[in-house]
Amino acid sequence: MTMSDAVFNIEKDVPADAVVEVRGICKKYGEVEALRNIDLDFPRGKLTTLLGPSGCGKTTLLKIIAGLIEPSAGEVRVNGRPVTGPGPERAFVFQDFALMPWATVMRNVAFGLELKGMGKAERQSIAAKYIAEVGLSGFEDKYPHELSGGMRQRVGLARAFAVNAEVLLLDEPFSAVDEQNRRKFQEDLLRLVEKERKTFIFVTHSIEEAVYVSDRIVLLSRRPGRVSQIIEPKIDRTASPDAIRRDQGYLDTVEEIWQGLKHYVD
Amino acid sequence: MMASTQADTRVNGPARAVHSPAGLSLGLGRLFLRYPILSRVVSLGLFFLAWEIAGRVPISYAFPTFFDTAYAFGTMIADGSLISAYGSTLQPLVIGIAISGVVGIVLGIVMGLSRMAEWLVAPLFIVLQSAPMAALIPLITFVYGIGLAAKTLAVIMLALPVIVLNGYKAVRNANPSLVAMCYSFQGTRLQQITKVIIPDASPVIFAGLRLGLAAGFIGVILAELLITPTGIGDLITYHRSVANYAEMYAAVVSIILVSTVTLAALEAFEVRVLRPEKRRG
Ligand SMILES: Nc1ncnc2c1ncn2[C@@H]1O[C@H](COP(=O)(O)OP(=O)(O)OP(=O)(O)O)[C@@H](O)[C@H]1O
Ligand SMILES: [Mg+2]
Repeated sequence: MTMSDAVFNIEKDVPADAVVEVRGICKKYGEVEALRNIDLDFPRGKLTTLLGPSGCGKTTLLKIIAGLIEPSAGEVRVNGRPVTGPGPERAFVFQDFALMPWATVMRNVAFGLELKGMGKAERQSIAAKYIAEVGLSGFEDKYPHELSGGMRQRVGLARAFAVNAEVLLLDEPFSAVDEQNRRKFQEDLLRLVEKERKTFIFVTHSIEEAVYVSDRIVLLSRRPGRVSQIIEPKIDRTASPDAIRRDQGYLDTVEEIWQGLKHYVD
Repeated sequence: MMASTQADTRVNGPARAVHSPAGLSLGLGRLFLRYPILSRVVSLGLFFLAWEIAGRVPISYAFPTFFDTAYAFGTMIADGSLISAYGSTLQPLVIGIAISGVVGIVLGIVMGLSRMAEWLVAPLFIVLQSAPMAALIPLITFVYGIGLAAKTLAVIMLALPVIVLNGYKAVRNANPSLVAMCYSFQGTRLQQITKVIIPDASPVIFAGLRLGLAAGFIGVILAELLITPTGIGDLITYHRSVANYAEMYAAVVSIILVSTVTLAALEAFEVRVLRPEKRRG
């Protein structure tokens, strides 16, 4: 606790406190140019959303930040250090959950810690805490196929939380959930953002979702993906969820983004 | 109730599921759904009944009735001829399957992980698998003479290709998303292989083992029929030559019985040890 406070104080003197810096990232898949010259800063402790039309390279950018894909050009720095692969300060939540079907919820959530070589009792007690935090207490011994899509996604989320990374990378985490549950998860996510005080980088293609959960929204243009606009929704998050969704600022921001994206839809 | 139903399915295994004849009424069908063991017993019973009737007709003088066969089976167990035959048949089978299993799984995994190994070894096994192995079995006589080595080699020749190729395909097709997940949590290559790739591949690897075991049975029986007249193959040949058709049938049926039980045991092992999630739903 004191350690992270200290780090925070030092970092606060730096004007732009960016945990993740993306510099001149380009990515080509053979002939296909997915990303062109992306420059972005992701501020510490904030939830930044990558929003853009399908195929614009959101997943690609997120995986480059995660160190899962090599960029064709450019560099990503995390806490000032260049990324050469996955690292303990970043954790990824996969769009398709990536849960091991042969492992229980408990083992799946503790898997990141298991890979680090942590003892069973210790990692299970940490995992149990995050299982409770995402609302899955009582499901520890279930297997993924016994859970709904939304519950599986929470397992992926708990697994990422359990390794206590500073930066959480979430690729469309709510795409497999119906609208009612989606709203509930968005509220849960806000609560977790509040509680965990981590940096979130979140990919979605829902404008409403982006505006509702984000501190910052990065709009990417259609392929090749470039940063077309950065929006900081000014929304009072202390209000009730329903009040937020009726708030004029919220509705105006949704409209603004829609106007910005509209010309991509033919 | 649910639990016991699933337990039954697990032990007997879906591979040998026996389907009830189509003509049965719905009420009976529901009864069988509720008690799968019952449906198997009834289904087998009907099969034996049909066999008995066909034997009594008789469709051929070389076709014994079910009861004659069962009686012959009892006598052969009592006089010890069946047991001693299995003694000499199972030994090369067990050795051959153990060798094929270990070598095949290791080779398959290595081929799945390394393009180089794939390039070197895969073509050989693909050719071997599509070759008419039964025709190649007599070659062993010439090379190794008769005896345990020849039978073991026959087992390996038939079992190894399918085990290798299944292991290789399973590893090659391991879920890339799980592999990426393991990498993203900084798993080492060894952890990736042991904690993700092999468990993910294990159902297909085991399917290969089951197919290999079945092929191994064929191999050892062929070797006994074609090159080294010993064991259960010899028992079949002998009883056929002296027109003891009931005994011959009993020996053949016993092979089916033994191989079914072995395969079910292998499957139960897999579910228990490697993929516990299959035990439920
Ligand atoms: N492995 C790959 N090989 C070749 N092309 C790829 C590969 N992965 C992505 N692409 C291409 O790169 C572009 C960006 O893909 P990416 O998955 O990053 O898009 P996305 O913004 O996440 O889209 P979506 O919203 O549909 O998930 C797409 O046009 C895609 O066809
Ligand atoms: Mg995507």
